Amino acid sequence: MGSITLKNVSKVFGAHAVIPSIDLDIHDGEFVVFVGPSGCGKSTLLRLIAGLEDVSDGEIIIDGKNTTDLPPAKRGLSMVFQSYALYPHMSVRSNIAFPLKMAGEDKAVIDKKVEDAARVLNLTDYLDRKPRQLSGGQRQRVAIGRAIVRQPEAFLFDEPLSNLDAALRVNMRLEISQLHQQLKTTMIYVTHDQVEAMTMADKIVVLNRGRIEQVGSPLDLYHKPDNLFVAGFIGSPKMNFISGASAAAHQAHTIGVRPEHLVLSKDQGSWRGTVGVAEHLGSDTFLHVNADGIGTLTARVSGDFAVTHGDQVFLTPDPQRVHRFDEKGMAIR
Amino acid sequence: MARNVSTQRKLLTTVVAWTIAILIFFPILWTFLTSFKTEAQAIASPPVFLFFDWTTENYFEVQSRSDYFKHFMNSVVVSFGSTLLGLVIAIPSAWAMAFAPTKRTKDVLMWMLSTKMMPPVGVLVPMYLIFRNTGLLDTRTGLVIVLTLINLPIIIWMLYTYFKEIPGEILEAARMDGASLAKEIVYVLTPMAIPGIASTLLLNIILAWNEAFWTLNLSAAKAAPLTAFIASYSSPEGLFYAKLSAASTMAIAPILILGWFSQKQLVRGLTFGAVK
Repeated sequence: MGSITLKNVSKVFGAHAVIPSIDLDIHDGEFVVFVGPSGCGKSTLLRLIAGLEDVSDGEIIIDGKNTTDLPPAKRGLSMVFQSYALYPHMSVRSNIAFPLKMAGEDKAVIDKKVEDAARVLNLTDYLDRKPRQLSGGQRQRVAIGRAIVRQPEAFLFDEPLSNLDAALRVNMRLEISQLHQQLKTTMIYVTHDQVEAMTMADKIVVLNRGRIEQVGSPLDLYHKPDNLFVAGFIGSPKMNFISGASAAAHQAHTIGVRPEHLVLSKDQGSWRGTVGVAEHLGSDTFLHVNADGIGTLTARVSGDFAVTHGDQVFLTPDPQRVHRFDEKGMAIR
Repeated sequence: MARNVSTQRKLLTTVVAWTIAILIFFPILWTFLTSFKTEAQAIASPPVFLFFDWTTENYFEVQSRSDYFKHFMNSVVVSFGSTLLGLVIAIPSAWAMAFAPTKRTKDVLMWMLSTKMMPPVGVLVPMYLIFRNTGLLDTRTGLVIVLTLINLPIIIWMLYTYFKEIPGEILEAARMDGASLAKEIVYVLTPMAIPGIASTLLLNIILAWNEAFWTLNLSAAKAAPLTAFIASYSSPEGLFYAKLSAASTMAIAPILILGWFSQKQLVRGLTFGAVK
């Protein structure tokens, strides 16, 4: 089935090593998200797996078979692109049918599979339209339809939601997760959005400068980040980092406290500060507090906590939830 | 903010534009008018413009002296043949340069264009000898080959420009969907580039139709296209202006009509990519 193993995979463009060397195991049926800031090599890694780029060194093993030198078409993978990459001159029907046509399937089989895919994706009414007559969300569904119709070993998604507006993005996120539960096929999903990563993944691979910083389940990464980079990247708003005397008190070079793990009080606490900006979301309020001798800290409090700009507050970190890091930025456990 | 253009200014620019247009069109109009004059009126001084004895005699005369239809067919075969052959070679070439460029791609493109800068007469003798020795002299095949060769740089350049506009991700999607290189070109690239390919085709047919240097030098009787048909009426002696004009009108009419009907395609082709 759709297990994928990367052994020592590297990619060098000229003198620049985009991916120095990566080892990774993806199990059959897993939903794996590659996440990281732009330029971290996550899309390149996906393209290496797809076969759209050649590896400089190492092996890519799909379903137990070494596919390193196989062209994309022979790897049994499907891909959904950021720009949708639909064929503009073909109808929705022909777009979805294209991979089957290339595989030389019977016309009757193609028709049936296209109808099935269209039903799953609510595209039945649009089968005879051209891509330009569809909205962004519908186009994205067609791209997904084209990917599922061939029943691949695994699906590759390259930032598929970044061209959609916020509301649609949330919907499509849910649809892709549901599709994964339905099909139970391996999915590799690339995004720079840690919220997408947290909400969709079985396993998150955090990448930075072509290296894997940490691999784990969303909650693993949230609760036990291996280093400062993962701690800062996963979670929104970002984790607060404090060094100096307050960190030394915890026997660490730097300590990290998530905004939701700071307890706020108007009378007493560990650190005193003044409220700079208060962002009211209704359910929650994000407070940007200028703490004396520490700097700006972000705190997440209940929406009922009445506070405004200029108020004095006290912050206390939940001692069970303080993350400690050494001078190299690695977690101390 | 819209520019404030006065009526006077508009009138002035309109008059200037029309004057330039008429100046450019005038030689064609004059040729057309001359073709309906008698030989004496054709060289009359001062020249007569519209008020002369209109006659179609020249056209009958030209047709009876030389077989227009044979030359016409030669022109059709040579211009369409060379264009189609050119496209078959140029589509894969332009694909390679647009979607799989290397460090040297720009140099290759410039080198191809540079061949157009060379005066053709510089290679006339070797070309003539090659054609004579290979038996291609005065054959349609020979003309198709030579016109393909001289227009290939332009075809490749035009297609390259169109292909550059096609997002590479769509071709990658085709590759992921299991298309081989040939299928990718046939099913995805070519249909998407049809407007570009069509205008390249039209422009190149016009270029090949009007090409006179090689067609005159490498053909004599059998394969001679319309350019040779016109040239046969330009004689240093005798009165041939009216007949020459009639022959010219007959030679340019087909391509003018083709150009007229495909105007939209041509304008789009020549300004492609200028405005997005």
